[in-house]
Amino acid sequence: MFSKILIANRGEIACRVIRTARQMGVKTVAVYSDADAGALHVELADEAVHIGPSSAAESYLCGDKIIEAAKATGAEAIHPGYGFLSENPDFVEQIEKTGLVFIGPSADAIRAMGLKDAAKKLMEKSGVPVVPGYHGSKQDVKFLATEADKIGYPVLIKARAGGGGKGMRRVDNPKDFGAALEGATREGKASFGDGRVLIEKYITAPRHIEIQVFGDNHGNVVHLFERDCSLQRRHQKVIEEAPAPGMTTEMREAMTDAAVKAAKAINYSGAGTIEFIVDGSDGLKPDGFWFMEMNTRLQVEHPVTEAITGVDLVEWQLRVASGEQLPCKQDGLTIDGHAIEARLYAEDVRKRFLPATGRLDHLVFSDNARNDTGIRSGDTITPFYDPMISKVIVHGKDRKAALKKIRSALSETRIAGTVTNLAFLIALLRHKGFARGELNTGLIERDLDALLDAGEIPFQMIALAGLIASGSLEETKTPDPFDLLKNHVHWQRTPFTVSLQQDGIDHSVKCQADDQAGWIIADGDQKIQLANVSINEPDIRYCYDDAHSTLGYYRGKSSIVLFTDDGPLEFVLPDPLSRDKADEAGGDTVIAPMSGLVKQVSVKSGSKVCEGDPLIVLEAMKMEHTLTAPRDGVVAELTTTAGSQVDEGTLLLALEVEDEVDG
Amino acid sequence: MTILKSQISPSSSQFKTNREANLEAMRVVEGAVNITMAGGGEKSRERHLSRGKMLPRERVSNLIDPGSPFVEVGQTAAHGMYDGAAPGASLIAGIGRVEGREVMVVCNDATVKGGTYYPMTVKKHLRAQEIAAQNQLPCIYLVDSGGANLPNQAEGFADREHFGRIFFNQANLSAANIPQIAVVMGSCTAGGAYVPAMADVAIIVNEQGTIFLAGPPLLKAATGEVVTAEELGGGDLHTRLSGVADYLADDDAHALALARQAVRNLNRIKPSPLDLQPVEEPAYDPEEILGIVPADLKTPYDVREVIARVVDGSRFDEFKARYGPTLVCGFAHVMGMPVGIIANNGILYSESSLKGAHFVELCSKRKIPLVFLQNITGFMVGQKYEAGGIAKDGAKLVTAVATTSVPKITMIIGGSFGAGNYGMCGRAYSPRFLWTWPNSRICVMGGEQAAGVLASVKRDAIERAGDKWSAKQETAFKQPTLDLFEEQSHPLFASARLWDDGIIDPRKTRQTLALSLSATLNAPIEDTNFGVFRM
Repeated sequence: MFSKILIANRGEIACRVIRTARQMGVKTVAVYSDADAGALHVELADEAVHIGPSSAAESYLCGDKIIEAAKATGAEAIHPGYGFLSENPDFVEQIEKTGLVFIGPSADAIRAMGLKDAAKKLMEKSGVPVVPGYHGSKQDVKFLATEADKIGYPVLIKARAGGGGKGMRRVDNPKDFGAALEGATREGKASFGDGRVLIEKYITAPRHIEIQVFGDNHGNVVHLFERDCSLQRRHQKVIEEAPAPGMTTEMREAMTDAAVKAAKAINYSGAGTIEFIVDGSDGLKPDGFWFMEMNTRLQVEHPVTEAITGVDLVEWQLRVASGEQLPCKQDGLTIDGHAIEARLYAEDVRKRFLPATGRLDHLVFSDNARNDTGIRSGDTITPFYDPMISKVIVHGKDRKAALKKIRSALSETRIAGTVTNLAFLIALLRHKGFARGELNTGLIERDLDALLDAGEIPFQMIALAGLIASGSLEETKTPDPFDLLKNHVHWQRTPFTVSLQQDGIDHSVKCQADDQAGWIIADGDQKIQLANVSINEPDIRYCYDDAHSTLGYYRGKSSIVLFTDDGPLEFVLPDPLSRDKADEAGGDTVIAPMSGLVKQVSVKSGSKVCEGDPLIVLEAMKMEHTLTAPRDGVVAELTTTAGSQVDEGTLLLALEVEDEVDG
Repeated sequence: MTILKSQISPSSSQFKTNREANLEAMRVVEGAVNITMAGGGEKSRERHLSRGKMLPRERVSNLIDPGSPFVEVGQTAAHGMYDGAAPGASLIAGIGRVEGREVMVVCNDATVKGGTYYPMTVKKHLRAQEIAAQNQLPCIYLVDSGGANLPNQAEGFADREHFGRIFFNQANLSAANIPQIAVVMGSCTAGGAYVPAMADVAIIVNEQGTIFLAGPPLLKAATGEVVTAEELGGGDLHTRLSGVADYLADDDAHALALARQAVRNLNRIKPSPLDLQPVEEPAYDPEEILGIVPADLKTPYDVREVIARVVDGSRFDEFKARYGPTLVCGFAHVMGMPVGIIANNGILYSESSLKGAHFVELCSKRKIPLVFLQNITGFMVGQKYEAGGIAKDGAKLVTAVATTSVPKITMIIGGSFGAGNYGMCGRAYSPRFLWTWPNSRICVMGGEQAAGVLASVKRDAIERAGDKWSAKQETAFKQPTLDLFEEQSHPLFASARLWDDGIIDPRKTRQTLALSLSATLNAPIEDTNFGVFRM
């Protein structure tokens, strides 16, 4: 076994590898970019080496720097994690040339699987079913269109070097083929520097089921069963589970046989995954799966396999790379229960899953799940890398138990500071079809609106947020009676008002205390009575309708986040002082603020101007004053010219008065 | 310190009778409070709201820190006066926290006769300023008033303690570095215009607040000039052209936020010159006060039972317990703050007066605030006592109480009659705060005594004339006096006229004292310079 390894990655996977290495007594070296100088993986590793600026191209993708770091620290092997250089055969060769060990397959194996059409041909030859399609090198538009006709619509156009959904187009109708091809080519070029494409049959009720395989350098290959990764958005996995719902013995046998065949075809060593597209339209059928691609590395979703098999896949990787035999034969591997993983991202689901950045002011994971993360509370999600916050993994005796567990684990997860997909994950895991095992890679797309519809927020939540926001529940700072005697009056109280915004909607709640830690909170016709309200940070306790509840919350600088069972609910607290002042906003005219000489006029009557544009320069008291446009608009009237002397208060310019829009 | 031991039995019938009587007395007060809280009534409130304004009480609750106590002053002022036209004297006043600082809030209730100033409104406004002056509390005026109430102007304009005194006070408070902040949220007409004009900082709500010496109707009558209120004295004019106001607010909420910001920038600290102890709840439940205090003022009871339900840990270091026992004196803490308590346990004799004077001297030297629990029918009378010098001994107590510089807080928990009121720091002795209980009575003497005196004079006259006066006739003669004294000695009658700062729930005595004490700590405690004690 190695005594020291370098991990050529960051984030959760670097932390994940460090964890196993440490258990095995292997020292670890982390590498980091500028942006990651304070990152968790740097803190966890025994040593850390700075390898460059924040951009991945100048750091985590620089094989030279990484190998240099390995040599400098005396690491014997390099673990690539996933992404970055993990499937780069040149990097592997470079490592091996230096006399170090790459923890992963050979460069040849990676190369064999790297180009998708070549891989498919190879698989076809080895007896692994592949999706009907054209994987050839002819890229002429007409020819490809003919091939598409042969395959039969709908078809899928894919960039040959593609992945992660980039450079991919579904075409339902021959007339759209040209435009789709152009798009795929363009994206392929932009993302991978390779505009070539392949064409495949498009499967209408597809499921994504993959087989984890493991080989060693002694000719052994085993599989560790399947994972179902059918829940995807924009072709990226969101929820993964193992085993696959509805899997039959025959199907599993057929798929795992094919996968082992595929691995053996390229003398595969290390952890790998054979991804299959499965026709799920009428139950799983042993003749209804086709090879898509092989990932020659550890997968993001490997923990679900670990959960059902009890195998530490990273440990196996280290053992195999150091020359050991696989620790276990095929018959030693069995499935225990069911595991589900959910990928928690900083992303705005409503904005088409737009990646988000920002500081995670508050981050607490559930104790009832495995959380593979590289982020701590207070860390920042930067725009440089994948915005993953954590993988939440649970294991239960069956799928139902696992589902229940992951729902509550996600409900217990507390995140504030940036927008995340947490509420979306919770909604997804409550999806009735999903719960029944009706999986399909198009499920999210199809039901997105329903998944995003949070419904009306219970007034109870608005009331609680208002109460917390008011600060009136907080522990007293001093023993002064004015601090201690909260809400004291001689006889009767008058409510105070708290203003909040939730999802762009203004709320204004009136809170009135009683003498027994109770509150009446109202907003118009809505009214709620809470009893025994107390704060015990980070929770608020209260009694509503005779039921006692505890709710987690986080108070940010200008927001309150409630951690509800449906996910975080953020309320923005508007600053009462930040108003558009009447005399600053708008205005239709520019008036000389003092007597002076007009030095310059930069617009004409009819010019379009934007708020803040410089319009006129006025010289007065030996100073030049630039007068700017008070709002966006069109110059209606110019009543001065350069060189004129004007008095204070003179109208210099008027903007067209906009017609008031009715309604 | 000694822990007081309670002797009462909450299961006794006496306790239950007392409790019922006290609850009934509280209900009467609550009825009056309800009238004040409703302001000018439903229609007037709706009209106020329809103009986009916050209700006056909500202006106050949204100005002060959420959760801040509000120590209201003169809550039932003008109750039953002016034919009930001015609940709360059309003004809300009290101490609350703003940005962590205690401030005096004075808010016109425009739902009551346009927030105009009745004579009691002026008195209440001046009382609020007096409290601010004595305790060095910044003042925030939430102005929405049509100025003097014209039909009642004769009782509120010309004299020393009338309308003009408000601005005299503003100038002198400002001079004493007691900040004056005005928020113009409605009219500010004529004399009222000087509230923002005299303020250190003035905020005005755009298209809502107006400040002018003469409003449009008066102007039209006087000079023929026709102009809208907004053009004449609106926020835009005053913040852009006249400089009468400093900040322009969009609406009430914005104006209150600006006022809070103004307080944030005052740069004040609370000196708190006391040796504080950790706060400890009383060992006995304050709820029991209602069962302890007798239904009839004439029934004696041990005032230590009350003290035990007010002070920290019911701990009381009684001073000179064996001497002059009708006046209980001693040291205790109220929510961590040291106090000297002086409480009546019967009539004042020479000894009790001397002991009281001695105790006031002690507290003055040590700068310990004084709390008076007043339940007094007066000084002992009779030839023996006059000869013993009760007058000069009483005078010693009165002198000590009158001239001490330590903060004094008076709570009238029973009777407050005659010269006893003076020795026990009645209103004339300028306690920083004077609170009363619903069961209390205040009068120059008891109604029966007064009727008795008048009847005895009458009988003498009748009998001198050789006529006879039957007992029945005498009773009939006495009745009007008894009725008058009963009405006029009621705490609501007293509070309506601002002879006190308000009637409180006896169960909240501890909290009220604590907040009052805390408010006084905003001003340093000066050295005392006593007058001459007649020996």
